[in-house]
Amino acid sequence: MPAVRGDGMRGLAVFISDIRNCKSKEAEIKRINKELANIRSKFKGDKTLDGYQKKKYVCKLLFIFLLGHDIDFGHMEAVNLLSSNKYSEKQIGYLFISVLVNTNSELIKLIIQSIKNDLASRNPIHVNLALQCIANIGSREMAEAFGNEIPKLLVSGDTMDVVKQSAALCLLRLFRTCPEIIPGGEWTSRIIHLLNDQHMGVVTAATSLIDALVKKNPEEYKGCVSLAVSRLSRIVTASYTDLQDYTYYFVPAPWLSVKLLRLLQNYTPPAEDPGVRGRLNECLETILNKAQEPPKSKKVQHSNAKNAVLFEAISLIIHNDSEANLLVRACNQLGQFLSNRETNLRYLALESMCHLATSEFSHEAVKKHQEVVILSMKMEKDVSVRQQAVDLLYAMCDKTNAEEIVQEMLNYLETADYSIREEMVLKVAILAEKYATDYTWYVDVILNLIRIAGDYVSEEVWYRVIQIVINRDEVQGYAAKTVFEALQAPACHENMVKVGGYILGEFGNLIAGDQRSSPQVQFQLLHSKYHLCSPMTRALLLSTYIKFINLFPEIRTQVQEVFRQHSNLRSADAELQQRASEYLQLSIIASADVLATVLEEMPSFPERESSILAVLKKKKPGRVPENEIKEGKSPTPITNHTNDTNNTSSVSGDLLGLSTPPTSQPPSSNTGVLLDVLGDVYNSKPLTNNTNNTQQQNLYNPKKFVCKNNGVLFENELIQIGVKSEFRQNLGRLGLFYGNKTTFPLQSFVPTLLWSDDQAAKMSIQMKPVEPLLEAGAQIQQLINAECIDDYTDTPSMVISFIYNNLPQKITIKLPLTINKFFEPTEMNGESFFARWKNLGSSNQQRSQKIFKANGVMDLQATRTKLMGFGMQLLDGIDPNPDNFVCAGIVHMRSQQVGCLLRLEPNRNAQMYRLTVRSSKESVSVEVCDLLAEQF
Amino acid sequence: MMQFMLLFSRQGKLRLQKWYVAHPDKLKKKITRELITTILARKPKMCSFLEWKDLKVVYKRYASLYFCCAIEQDDNELLTLEVIHRYVELLDKYFGSVCELDIIFNFEKAYFILDELLLGGEIQETSKKNVLKAIAAQDLLQEEETPQGFFEDHGLG
Repeated sequence: MPAVRGDGMRGLAVFISDIRNCKSKEAEIKRINKELANIRSKFKGDKTLDGYQKKKYVCKLLFIFLLGHDIDFGHMEAVNLLSSNKYSEKQIGYLFISVLVNTNSELIKLIIQSIKNDLASRNPIHVNLALQCIANIGSREMAEAFGNEIPKLLVSGDTMDVVKQSAALCLLRLFRTCPEIIPGGEWTSRIIHLLNDQHMGVVTAATSLIDALVKKNPEEYKGCVSLAVSRLSRIVTASYTDLQDYTYYFVPAPWLSVKLLRLLQNYTPPAEDPGVRGRLNECLETILNKAQEPPKSKKVQHSNAKNAVLFEAISLIIHNDSEANLLVRACNQLGQFLSNRETNLRYLALESMCHLATSEFSHEAVKKHQEVVILSMKMEKDVSVRQQAVDLLYAMCDKTNAEEIVQEMLNYLETADYSIREEMVLKVAILAEKYATDYTWYVDVILNLIRIAGDYVSEEVWYRVIQIVINRDEVQGYAAKTVFEALQAPACHENMVKVGGYILGEFGNLIAGDQRSSPQVQFQLLHSKYHLCSPMTRALLLSTYIKFINLFPEIRTQVQEVFRQHSNLRSADAELQQRASEYLQLSIIASADVLATVLEEMPSFPERESSILAVLKKKKPGRVPENEIKEGKSPTPITNHTNDTNNTSSVSGDLLGLSTPPTSQPPSSNTGVLLDVLGDVYNSKPLTNNTNNTQQQNLYNPKKFVCKNNGVLFENELIQIGVKSEFRQNLGRLGLFYGNKTTFPLQSFVPTLLWSDDQAAKMSIQMKPVEPLLEAGAQIQQLINAECIDDYTDTPSMVISFIYNNLPQKITIKLPLTINKFFEPTEMNGESFFARWKNLGSSNQQRSQKIFKANGVMDLQATRTKLMGFGMQLLDGIDPNPDNFVCAGIVHMRSQQVGCLLRLEPNRNAQMYRLTVRSSKESVSVEVCDLLAEQF
Repeated sequence: MMQFMLLFSRQGKLRLQKWYVAHPDKLKKKITRELITTILARKPKMCSFLEWKDLKVVYKRYASLYFCCAIEQDDNELLTLEVIHRYVELLDKYFGSVCELDIIFNFEKAYFILDELLLGGEIQETSKKNVLKAIAAQDLLQEEETPQGFFEDHGLG
């Protein structure tokens, strides 16, 4: 047993020794239970314990807790210790509270008074103890209780430096929990001016605080830029002896330097003050110069600290992205690190170069290192370094080197670690698509991917190759030929069968002229794989076969024979059985014309961003993989802080703004399934997490969804709920996308529908259950089917409950299933419109009218958009007044159809609207009128 | 911002844990288990950084103890290594050639020193001298207290 320092507690040391001497886990548990019983009896006993004993027992409990056992008592004794007049007892009390308390908020109320007392103490050691405890707990209660006090401590002239340091970080911790606690106004400048403080420790702590404040409100704190640059300038030009104890292994103030460089990355380069800009560039140059100087020490601490500053400076250079000279120098410096002895440096250099590759100034400079990077990918011993090399190759790829890089990645894929294969497959697929000038190359690459790493080729990848082949005439013949050849391999991956089956079904005719790939041969080749495949692939092959009947009437009987075989009990799978029998009947009954129409070649898919990219982004929630060269930023005035690395907006916009499913043929019996296979691509796009979302409040506006079908329905800091919906006649299909924005799983995740039986009689709703666990960063989809039976008013609510961080959460949202969703737009001319209008107006019960004040600016274009989104047909040229809108539509319900006409008259002078709705049913008129009136 | 720091032995025993974000105990245990397994499986020459969920993990081994920190994407890995080193230096100075046993038997001191170095997951004081001064001032306050408990402790734990 080693000597115990200070007034060590002997009893504690004995107990710890006992535990260490336990030979087995059971013995340890036995000893702990004995101790727990002992402590419990002491705490409950009649004899009052003195402070020392309390401290000792509390400390033992703490030790037991840290061994991994649960502790459910002792909290009160710990709270008592807080008010002890002996420092060591107080300190142990605080430690216990800091380590154990975050789960017990009742206790927090009890300790607040003790903390207040210590905070007011004249002894800085006591004050710091209190501040540390507040920061360790960091809860909302703490923020509420001390939000006033701590800012005062921070800026007061009387506060000692050590207390200021703690106060700055304590305030930062509370600000993270509760951003509104920071006072504005004159406090801003006082906080900023802490950057000028004499004491380096105070500046270091304050810089962390300011960095967080700036992220929240860049405009208000922009005064910190010039101060930070000055401070930085003084440090980088200081010799290592100047800063005494703040020099770390011959590097002057590395922590403060890094923090200042970090802080400056919240702003674009200071343009309105060329002096500041010049001084900043000088600092950055100095840091780059120092990197070239011989090391002042051989110790790794020296090189780490020095390079930490260098890497942060390079981050700032990349962030500013405006000084070509600095960017190229940074790139050269990193290039040197690529062959450094230290694995850590190689890893970081590869990572940092990824960012340089995305700048137009340094992209070319990065490309010079291609050979070394390829070697790193192949030779590095540590898979995480190889992974970085792959990322860098992906980032530096452009049209000049794509073929080479893709080829190297394909070569490496054969031996690559399993852990990075899937991601590599995605990257190769994206690069091949993006930089293909010749689509035969693209087809080759993807088929190679399937050959080499078939298991890691996800649906998105093979869906995508099919979309591209279908959209590009020039490659279809080549694709058919190539898949045909690939399928001849004795063992080929099931994904190859899928792609091959699909492509031959569409374009097999293009190679049928060659005897070696006659219809007969194609069919037999595909069917030879049939028995080795999963039901899903078999279903796809059956669809290929029916397509063959259309393409190659000469093999009709053969194909029908196969359908016949699979249309009965021999096919255990019901889906296959059904397909086979329906296809068989289709081939027997339908005329050649009908067959040709039903089984026509697939129409082009709408051009859109590859869904593979979205998958890749989802796999890496932390960092957005980039292969996009940004244009350099010209020095512009400081703008609001925007997160530049987050250029995923196009994806989320795309997802939310659009839901056009692939333009498909009119749904015809069962070929629909074939389309659905690809249709899923569009439904499985994840919502992009906006990790830098600083806004804390909930984003929820159900009214918006009256006039649109897709978008983010609800969002707060934990969860994003997106919706996509489609309606046809009286049926609707809703996809809800639940995205977990946090880094922890949401447990007991249960969405519950609030829709009574009475209401369900008017609109029936079915929803699929979802898994009760929503993993960190993941997204799940829930499908909901709705059928409108009769007219209704309210819309169903969904209560989503889950547990985050042990706290139950509950969110209630209205589903966007308002009655207007079941509108079918109706086109009509002026004559018939007015005839119906008059007709419907005959009885008061069919009309509903509202006159209301415009809610904001009267933007007629926006009004137009909303009316179109509302679901009725907007009829132009009918109302003599061009400012007025008229619309017509039919609400579909199972029981009936209700024709509906509408007229909206804006009056700009009065800033008023008049809305009139006429329909064959009063309740519908009223509901439609109410829904729409809230929109303008 | 640092999210947490873990100290564990080569045998996978957790010796110290400090969390700068609030997590339920169950989750803390799960994270700890996962990380200890991951890190112990790594070879000596490997990189000291790894990507883990959306965090970066920085670790270093000193004798029989692993020091492991989880930091956020924006944080500086190399400097985190030096935070660890500074902590080790402080422990070493305070205990005089620190070893794993010192941390086991004086875990509370290890916490007090860490609280002076880091607060709320950010570096508070980088000067070794100043941290040691603060700890010495705490010890001085203790020594001024009347020693007691000696008799109570003799014999019974």
